[in-house]
Amino acid sequence: MAEVPRLPNAPRAAGWDRPADLGKDPALIPDPASTPVPQELRETIEELMARYPERHSAAIPALHAAQELHGWCSPEAIEQVACVMGVTPAYLDSVASFYDMLEQQPVGRHSVYVCTNISCSLRGADALLEAVVQAAGDDADFNVRAFECLGACDIAPMASVDGVYVGPLELADVPQLLEDARSGRPVLPHKQLATRLVADPHANSQEFAPHAPEEGRP
Amino acid sequence: MSDVLLFKDIDEPGLNTLAVYEARGGYASLRKALEMTPAQVLEQLESSGLRGRGGAGFQMGKKVSFLPQGSMDKYLVCNADESEPGTFKDRELMQKTPHTLIEGIVIASYAAGAQRSFIYIRGEYVLQADVLDAALAEAREAGYVGEAILGSDHSLSLVVHRGAGAYICGEETGLLDSLEGKRGNPRLKPPFPANQGLYQGPTLINNVETLSTVPSIVAMGGENYAKLGTETSTGTKLVSISGHVQRPGNYEIELGIPSREIIYGLAGGPPQGSEIKCWFPGGSSAPVLTADDLDVPYDFDSLAKAGSMLGSGAIIVVDDSTPIVDLALKVAKFYRHESCGKCTPCREGTNWTVKMLERIDSGEATPMDLDIMASVQDHIIGNCLCVLGDAMAMPIGSMIAKFREEFEAHIEAARAHQELALAGGGG
Repeated sequence: MAEVPRLPNAPRAAGWDRPADLGKDPALIPDPASTPVPQELRETIEELMARYPERHSAAIPALHAAQELHGWCSPEAIEQVACVMGVTPAYLDSVASFYDMLEQQPVGRHSVYVCTNISCSLRGADALLEAVVQAAGDDADFNVRAFECLGACDIAPMASVDGVYVGPLELADVPQLLEDARSGRPVLPHKQLATRLVADPHANSQEFAPHAPEEGRP
Repeated sequence: MSDVLLFKDIDEPGLNTLAVYEARGGYASLRKALEMTPAQVLEQLESSGLRGRGGAGFQMGKKVSFLPQGSMDKYLVCNADESEPGTFKDRELMQKTPHTLIEGIVIASYAAGAQRSFIYIRGEYVLQADVLDAALAEAREAGYVGEAILGSDHSLSLVVHRGAGAYICGEETGLLDSLEGKRGNPRLKPPFPANQGLYQGPTLINNVETLSTVPSIVAMGGENYAKLGTETSTGTKLVSISGHVQRPGNYEIELGIPSREIIYGLAGGPPQGSEIKCWFPGGSSAPVLTADDLDVPYDFDSLAKAGSMLGSGAIIVVDDSTPIVDLALKVAKFYRHESCGKCTPCREGTNWTVKMLERIDSGEATPMDLDIMASVQDHIIGNCLCVLGDAMAMPIGSMIAKFREEFEAHIEAARAHQELALAGGGG
């Protein structure tokens, strides 16, 4: 399971254990002439910057875009964003290392965030995470992570698979979940949050037991 | 229930599209508001008594009135970073009826005199951000957002900004820093965002549910809205209920109904054969209440009087099968992970609390550790730039106070277990 490197008592100071090369000068704003940036990425970032009164506001969306292209916030990705935004790589590094969804090291293409916060853990999330980690094994395609509250406690225990919320999950769902993600099919379509109703009292009347059999919901 | 405002027609297919929303009377409130002066709209907001639905419960009308007058760049930011554990009401609103939020933002910006607005949505809400983007494109096309809205002299730009996963960005000044493209560290207050917020300009920050309520207030009139709920907690509220209940989900209630009615009546109570041990009335940051408090009316002041808070309106029910130490550890670990590290009491306090709880679990603690742990909580509260540390200290402190016997029993049991293991390990 991928772990975000963190100082034990300073949770959001990632990278503290990376040695600094003191013989080197700090990196400056990359020179556009010598920094190749994919045209599409450049256009995306420029469009993002134009949305805000201050171009720095585009940092997070721009890093998202670069991560989508490179798979993680690699030094190369950071360099390209820095070049287009006209900021130093260190500035973007400071931003990227703060947020859980910006990856600091290479990860699998398919992200599986298993919520392990209170409401989900009360309904068996820890066992679920264990099962997903086991099932994914050392498959390099998967980025399995325990995640803090994903805001879907009504379908607890749940996971976000490549951004798609599914739940309530049973241990038996895990193989299908990974298989769907791997093959690019919609993940567990009958358990997606998008299909859940709100006001219909029956929508909320799933059997309580976390591993109870699923009633045929649309 | 008769008083359904936010969840009216909520499951209507296609309510997220402009056509269906308009057919259901959508954007009529905006037309009505634009015929009034901004001061008149503000008057409606103030007379409605609407209190912020994000957690602090500050009166929205007052917040708007704090913005300085005069022509300058003013901003409106919608806080859609919903990350308080147990809370999932804003997600539902944005996904099912995004135009209600957009309409609310345009009306509120008119009252506040803001020309630029942003929705800061947490990065994990991919579907909801996509829905909002699509709705926003429709609203722009129809002239509800943009230059000279519906022929009035009010103009507003609106951008959906996606975050990248950090609880602290739900704190308003952390959110502003994050929106400016920095690490989401909270700022020293004052100055408050109403004076110096986004890009140093006056900024109004409101939660999704608060802003989504604005169209209803304009439609029915502030005074009529104030008739709902109690005197100091007006209106209806979305409650997200989860944990050990039979029907977890979002429910719209009128503020002031007994908590029991929500937990047992709407959500079906805990599963057969188990009893409620404790419950968080307003997200995991709220001090826990017990089964004895089930008759407390669910509104801001009654819950405060009971020693807790309404917070974001997220009820998490914990039944008697859950050891209190496990629960405390889960809560403390979350806040340790999410502390931004800027203020020492929070950064170190959350860390030490986790360490002490782990010691209890591994049999290395003595009952005296409970007092030390309680004093750590006291030293966090009120000593940081934001309330993240307090948000751990309050529930942990309440757990130690209310379940001290169980903590002590756990310490004893773990210690006995440890000694047994050591004795056995020797042979």
